[in-house]
Order: sequence, then structure tokens, then C-alpha cells
Amino acid sequence: MSDMERYAFDVVVIGAGGAGLRAAIAAREAGKSVAILSKSLFGKAHTVMAEGGIAASMANVNPNDGWKVHFCDTMRGGKFLNQYRMAELHAREAPDRVWELESWGALFDRTKDGKISQRNFGGHEYPRLAHVGDRTGLEMIRTLQQRIVALQQEDKRIHGDYEARVRVFAECSATDLFTTGEGDEQRVSGVLAYWRPSGTFVLFSAKAVVIATGGIGKSFKVTSNSWEYTGDGHALAMLAGGSLVNMEFVQFHPTGMVWPPSVKGILVTESVRGDGGVLTNSEGRRFMFDYIPDVFRDKYATTEEEADRWYTDPDNNKRPPELLPRDEVARAINTEVKAGRGSPHGGVFLDVSKRLPAETIKAKLPSMWHQFKELADVDITLEPMEVGPTCHYVMGGVEVDPDSQAVVGVRGLFCAGEAAGGLHGSNRLGGNSLSDLLVFGRRAGDAAAEYVAGTPEGTLDEAQVQRAIDTALEPFSRATGENPYEIQSELQQVMNDYVGIIRTKHEMEQALKLIDDLKLRARELSVVGGREYNPGWHLALDLPKQLLVSEAIARSALTREESRGGHTRDDYPAMEPEWRKVNLICRIDGDGVDVVSQPLPLMPAELAALFDGKELSKYLTEDELSALGKEKA
Amino acid sequence: MGYLAKFRLWRGDHGTGSLVDYEVEVNEGEVVLDVLHRIQATQANDLAIRWNCKAGKCGSCSAEVNGRPRLMCLTRMNTFEEDEVVTVTPLRAFPVIRDLVTDVSYNYAKAREVPAFQPPEGLQPGEYRMAQEDVQRSQEFRKCIECFLCQNTCHAIRDHEENKRAFAGPRVLMRVAELDMHPLDTLDRKRMAQDDLGLGYCNITKCCTEVCPEHIHITDNALIPLKERVADQKYDPIRWLGSKIRVRSKSE
Repeated sequence: MSDMERYAFDVVVIGAGGAGLRAAIAAREAGKSVAILSKSLFGKAHTVMAEGGIAASMANVNPNDGWKVHFCDTMRGGKFLNQYRMAELHAREAPDRVWELESWGALFDRTKDGKISQRNFGGHEYPRLAHVGDRTGLEMIRTLQQRIVALQQEDKRIHGDYEARVRVFAECSATDLFTTGEGDEQRVSGVLAYWRPSGTFVLFSAKAVVIATGGIGKSFKVTSNSWEYTGDGHALAMLAGGSLVNMEFVQFHPTGMVWPPSVKGILVTESVRGDGGVLTNSEGRRFMFDYIPDVFRDKYATTEEEADRWYTDPDNNKRPPELLPRDEVARAINTEVKAGRGSPHGGVFLDVSKRLPAETIKAKLPSMWHQFKELADVDITLEPMEVGPTCHYVMGGVEVDPDSQAVVGVRGLFCAGEAAGGLHGSNRLGGNSLSDLLVFGRRAGDAAAEYVAGTPEGTLDEAQVQRAIDTALEPFSRATGENPYEIQSELQQVMNDYVGIIRTKHEMEQALKLIDDLKLRARELSVVGGREYNPGWHLALDLPKQLLVSEAIARSALTREESRGGHTRDDYPAMEPEWRKVNLICRIDGDGVDVVSQPLPLMPAELAALFDGKELSKYLTEDELSALGKEKA
Repeated sequence: MGYLAKFRLWRGDHGTGSLVDYEVEVNEGEVVLDVLHRIQATQANDLAIRWNCKAGKCGSCSAEVNGRPRLMCLTRMNTFEEDEVVTVTPLRAFPVIRDLVTDVSYNYAKAREVPAFQPPEGLQPGEYRMAQEDVQRSQEFRKCIECFLCQNTCHAIRDHEENKRAFAGPRVLMRVAELDMHPLDTLDRKRMAQDDLGLGYCNITKCCTEVCPEHIHITDNALIPLKERVADQKYDPIRWLGSKIRVRSKSE
């Protein structure tokens, strides 16, 4: 361990996307010293990929909007499986979090009266997404990055050192999370990480750790997610004694690119539909009108004429079905393609060229125009795009306390953003992710700072650290063995084929068997080359976490015998009110994953009062309805 | 559909290295980054590449392809002849860590020298009002994905390692211009741009603009207007007189 660097911080934040940076800002503003660990360079996290906007009911465009409407939309979008308290906090606090970005230098698109402009998005009743063209995620990450720099400049003035209280460890990946004490006294004590450039280890002692590592999409073959999305935080939390909730709910974004093959899965923003784009099949039919589910029937237009009027007169017309929540649109596209009505490359058509003038398209959707032009030779101002579903987001995640984001079962551990579960229920609405990062990133940072203040210094067990280092270096000691790239590629194929958008019992049992085989093979990983910037080794370290989290997804998906949001069972096609009351919880069991049921808390009467009884009766059981004083319709 | 392409990649670390040849399958629609990933997965597991989004949005996979600074994820294979050798080397202006990955910390260090956005005293979050026409100029610069291709290409950096101390480069000076054009920013960074960040080193050859994957008009819209604003301030006769009458100017 001689070449190992050692640091002590109050709070270590793992992940430098929107949630991680917002948590770090909060903890630093509360006076704590903070380390930010980033797998990539500073400012490159997956948040940059977010395009459409940040959902916040500022009511700048439609004065009828407010947190209550946003709350209701979020619950509806999640098919009422959401942790209601998180949905409430998120809707209440999102506007303040957006305004705060502006005070740190963000430049959103404006309304005519100079306020932050807001756009329409699937599942949102009113125009609600603060945006900058279709590069909102970039604006957000850059603003947070620059806020961190501003705090460092303040520290330089006061302490003479930019890194006196916040330090960004770029290209530094966490491998292990350590705890100290036994039973009720068990709490977080530190993190082991390695510098990607040098391959040397870094040991952090910290009273509190915030997990903000994002999602798991890299376990699927067709995905909009980058290499970083290997479920690191999910695995670290489970291995430290925490649990995952609702991992069966994986969002397949309806519109990913389908051609050319090398870009298959890259995201096509929902703003294309929000701004007027329509979906058609090979027969030229706007097929979404055929797929409006009963629960949404009175909220969406049933004729093309009404749908088209909505863009200019939203108060007197219902919205087009292209703007149904993502799970509905993804399933519809999947069905059209399977029925032989797909586009030449196995998607459907998304056309904005016949709906908006070329100049408007380039102004409102500049990066989409750019992306199709550069990657597919398609000019979206002249011709339709071909699109199909792509693995995009995991609604499930680490089980946390809704107010503090404290990880259930592990003191000193907090989690925010995509890595945390609960807010989005069974399906996330577009735009609710960026707001989630801000609202709960801040809450996690605040709670971590508060926890640190009342907690004594922990100790790191050197033997435990040495074991972790030995394990990490093991792949170098095998002259021959398994190639990590091959195993990852096989895992992606398994998850895509058997735990994808439509699921059955038999296929998921098959997936679990194959994952078990891959886990065995992953014990024999071998890497070539040295420790300096060696992606083969980096992948070898990510892979066991990926396999563990994939098993959690497959096992939860096999357990839930109904279809809801981002979990569609061919063998259980209906949504069941009894299953709505159930959260599936994953914990470590030996070297595998165990799934247990746990009741989902029912929202209190004052929140239930925001919905009419007729709507609630589509989701809740009769017992629940009567407990809330609502009649079965 | 597929064909075997000849690639020549720079392999090595800080001090030593050489170009290594690879023969690799290429399929329809692929970009250089796809082909490098195939080499990595099948022939050279330890090939160091930096990348993230593979969609031209994060600015991680900057390298020089046949001598031209580019994002590998946006360089399509059909822009080369099938029998053409594609040579990929690391960014020349920054120290190599390994293979195609360079140490770009210079850019972050310089960015940290630019004082952050400073809103007017007393303006509360939620009260900000700005017209679209007024935010548009700075918005163009905020499209920057920090790929550092402009920094790598600017000859004042690329050919003059010794300038790095005094010159912050186009990316960082564009950030100064962005803040200067922000309708609500209250801090004057013009003198600093000239004295501390080396704006004078830029002789507007527009190399930065040419390689920008976001097509930002770095020279025309950011650097030249910034130079003009600096000049206005510096050579404004009334300001000049004012600075002489006062006992001590701010920077003295």
C-alpha cells in the first residue's frame, strides 16, 4: 500500500453528475470538506446527455401550473407506485432549484416577458420544462461545475488554496465502500478508489458518503447510456448492507436512433414530439391514436384534428397521444414493428419536417439536427427520422429515506439521483430526472453535512483495505482467463433479449441462469497490459457490479407478476391493484441477490384529495379507497 | 458490407511510444470510435481511449485523425477511402498519459482563474428577467462541450509550450466573453483577459473556429468582440484621463 494516497474528508461524493455536484455544493455550503469522485473528466458525466429540460412548475407559460399539478402528473406517470413523499418534495422544491441555477449563471431560453421559458413534454399537463434548446443537460452540468469552481475561488480567497474544502478527483473510480462497527453501531468509514490514469489507489476516510453514480443502462445492448453506467453505486450500497427497491422498472425511451447500427440506441429527445413531431408507421398512419390506454383516455386527443389544435390552443383541446408517458409510447412502437409495420431499419418514423419550418427546427432542436446530419446523413428538416426503443433509465434504485436520502440500513450513507429509487414509481416522466438530481442532490448533501456534525471519527480497517486492493489487482495475476469485453457483451445481449421491454417467466429464468454462468466466468477475468490507463482492467473492476445489479433486475422482474410502467409481462399483461401496494426489495444473499416484498406506504388523505375518486379507483384497491374516504367509481 | 481497414494508432506513454498497425473490420455507418472499440475488444484490451457519450455531446474523445483534430465519435468511416490508412494520434498540445489519452488539466487550471458569474446585489433567485435576444450571444458560447480541440489547435499553444503559462487559450477566453455578454453579470474581467489570461496572444487566425465540433464562431463572436471591448476600455480617452487623475488605479 506504499504507493497509495490517503485523504480525510467530511463527505465523499461518488459521482460527478447533476446529483453528485448538487450534493457536493450543499455539503460545502454547510461548511464541510468534500471530495467529489468522478469516473470521467470533470463536466462529462451522463447528465450532459439530457436534452429536453428540467421539470419545475414555475408557471411561466401557463399560470394554471403549480406543485400540486406536477405532483399528480408524476404519480400518474409512475402508475401510483411512486414513494409519495418524494414525489411531493420533488414537485414542491423543483422551481427553487431551477431559479438557483440561474443565480449561478445558467442561461435558459426565455419567454417574451423575460422569464425562463417552459416546454411541453410527455405526461406533463402544462408546459413545464425549463430548457436551453435541446442541450439542457449540458447547461445544467456546466452551471454546477462552474458553481463548484466559484466555491473553490472563494476558498482560495479565504484559505489561499482552491482545494481547501472541495476537491474534484477526476478520472478516479470508487471500488469499495467501508464500514466500521457492528450491528446498530455500524456506519460508513471510507472509500477505496483508484486513479484511472496511473492505476494507483486512493483511500478516503469519511464520515459520510453520498452515492450519486447514476444508472445501469450499460448492462443492456441497445442503450442511450455511456460506459459509466454500470450500476456502481447500486452494488456498493447493497454490499455495504443497503437494499435496492423496484429494480424491475427499467425505462425504455421510445425514441432512440436505429440506424446506422453503430449509433443504435442514441437518444432522440422527446422534445421532437413536444414541439410537434408525429410518429407514423410504414403505412403512414399516426398509430399512437390506437394505443391510448383506458387510464389516460380522457386526457388525450382521439382525433388528429384535435391533437393538432392542441399545439396552439392547449386550454381547449386535449394533447396528442404521441405525448403519452414513455412506457406507453415504447410499447406501442414495439408492437408496430413486431406487426410488420416498421420502418426499413426496424423502427418507426418520427417526422417533424412536415410540421415545422426548417428554421424553427434548427432553432428549437439544434443538436438533433446536428446529430442526424453527422451520424446518419439524415436532414430532419426534410425527411423523417427512424426511431425505436432504447434502454434509458432505471426507476428502481437504492432504498432511501424520502426526506434525507439516507440509505436504509447503512448509517452515514446517502444516495441521490438515478441511483436512488422511489420518486418515479414504475415509470419516469421526461424532465423529472434533471429536477430529481437537483432536489434530492441538495437534500442528500444537506443531510450528509448534518450527519457528519454529530458523528465521531470512524476507523478504517487496514486489513479490509488490503483485501480490497488484492481483489482489484487479481485480474493481472492470471496469464490466461476470461476477456472482460466478451463477458460484458454477453451480459448486454442477455439483458436485451430476456429482460427487455417485453418479459416472460421462462425468458427471465433463462436470463438468471445465464447471469449465473457469467458470474462464474467473471471470477476468472484476466487483463493484459499495465495499470496505467488500462480500460480492460477498468472494465474488469466494473463487471462484477454490473452482474450483481443485473441479477437484481432480473430477479425482481421475475417476481412481479403484473405489467406496470417500465415492466411489461407478456404472461401477466394486466396492471393489478394488489401489486401496486408492493415494493420489491433486493438484498445481498451469499454471492447472489434475494428479493422480498415490502408494503408501499399509502399517500395521506390530503394528497389523495388532489385526485378524483374515479382516477384513483383505476389504481387502488377497494380497501385503500375506503381508507382514504374515496368511493369506488 | 464490411471491409478490412488499416489503422495506425499511437501506442505508448509519457516519454516513449510508436505507431502500431492494426487490421480491423469496418461496417456500414461506423465512426472511428466504433473501430477503435473493436480493436480494443478483440486485439488490444488495454488500448487507452477516453470517451463517454459517443454522440458528440460530452467532448471526451478528442484526438487527431490523419493529423486533423477531431472528435472520434463524429468522424465517419465513409469519409475515408477503403484502402486508406487511418492514423489516430493523441492531441499534440497536451502531455500524453497513455496511447490516445492526454493530460488536459491545463485547461481546467486556466478555467479556474476566470472569476465566476456575479449577479447584481440583492437580486433574488426567481426575479431574473432577461430577453431572449440578450441571452442568445452568451448561449452560443455555452454550447461548448469542452473537447479542448480549440486549445489543442491554437498555434499559440500548439507550437509554443512556453506560452501556456501566460495564455489561457480560446476556450477560456470565450468563457470571459460569455460572462462579459451575460446581461446580468456585474464583474468587469476585460483587463484581466488582457493582462492575466493573455488575450493579446490571439492573432485571430480562426484555427479554433475551424475545428470546433459545435460550430461556435469562437473568433468572430467571442474573441474579436472581446478584443474590441478591451481596446475600447484601454484607449477610451476619458477613461485614460480618469486613470491618470486618480491616485492609484485598481490594478496598481
